[in-house]
Amino acid sequence: MKVAIIIDGQMVQIDRGAPIIDAARKAGIFIPTLCYHEALKAYGSCRLCMVEVIQNKQSRLVTSCNFPVEGGMEVFTDTPRVRKIRRVIVELLLARCPDVPLIQTLARQMGIDFSRFKKKEEKQCILCGLCVRFCEEVVGVGAIGLANRGTEREVATPFRVASDVCIGCGSCTYICPTGCIEMVPDEETPKLRRMNLGKLSLSPCPNNYQCETCSIEQEFFEDIKRVIADFRNRHKKPSF
Amino acid sequence: MDLKKVDSILEKHGYRHSEVIGIMQDLQEIENYLPQEMLRYVSGKLELNLTRIFDIATFYKCFSLVPRGRHIIRVCCGTACHLGGAARNLEQVKRLLNVEEGETTEDLTFSLETVNCLGACALAPVTVVGKDYYDAVHPGKIEKILSKYYPESKRLPDAQD
Repeated sequence: MKVAIIIDGQMVQIDRGAPIIDAARKAGIFIPTLCYHEALKAYGSCRLCMVEVIQNKQSRLVTSCNFPVEGGMEVFTDTPRVRKIRRVIVELLLARCPDVPLIQTLARQMGIDFSRFKKKEEKQCILCGLCVRFCEEVVGVGAIGLANRGTEREVATPFRVASDVCIGCGSCTYICPTGCIEMVPDEETPKLRRMNLGKLSLSPCPNNYQCETCSIEQEFFEDIKRVIADFRNRHKKPSF
Repeated sequence: MDLKKVDSILEKHGYRHSEVIGIMQDLQEIENYLPQEMLRYVSGKLELNLTRIFDIATFYKCFSLVPRGRHIIRVCCGTACHLGGAARNLEQVKRLLNVEEGETTEDLTFSLETVNCLGACALAPVTVVGKDYYDAVHPGKIEKILSKYYPESKRLPDAQD
């Protein structure tokens, strides 16, 4: 069943129960995300996709990646409240992993130069759970998982020993937005690959493959706009 | 590992993934900790990823992946117990058993843990050994309490008077 919702003043028709982020993408509105991936179930761990929803005259902040759409809903993706909460999240991420290009780009886009939070130890993992979910849902192996709780939470193999089910497909290396899962050749058996949950080695797209906000993509769009404008100017019908 | 016991526990819970915490609690009753082989076996039987089971086992404080003593001493260090002198009791237990928090004595009799509240603040300071609650504990009482849990022959030398 289709329902109509209003996102930032735009009316969008979408299936009831679909996540808000789908409706936003349909309307061409960009919402920053880290843990969201089309191929995976929504997880809602990065909290970056927070939007303000007005339902029954009540406003609240929800994660747009896993909040189902309902009729008569009004969504705002860029209110001061939303901006404030996103800012705090990015600052926290910046304090946790200051050297990751993706986080630096994200901070720059939001106009954040420094984090007000104390830097403890430099980590690369942001615990988005993409590698874990990809391994389980798409590859169907489940070689890595999350372990411990709170500040100790980390991505680990069961019992912290080399996994006996990992097929070395490299999906986790590919999908990791911060590049903290390294793929290294195994010394003992050179033909096998081994995942190394350690130091940064690969540098994935610094913009998390989000072309909507990429400067290269924007330049490309500007070029196209210019070409179209030139074309129109040249073929403009003389006005009478 | 007693496979029959493990199987009967799984049977009791109907191999349901939703009851995995209950299953693990029952499994821990067998040996007071969760041995690696047991979890691997259970993961195969339940058709549940080992990563998920490991996640739960490391997430909840009540599960232990390392062998624990037969009796677990829980010294409450909550507000009321702290005011009642829980820190001194804890020191006394540490001194008597020669273990630190989260450690187990070499003969696998006791494991020492601290808890933040047991919901028995009226009995402060509380110490729990296994399933027995001891109220208004003071350092002088601890030797007596602990000696109850040692077999007759292996009493602490200090407590044998």
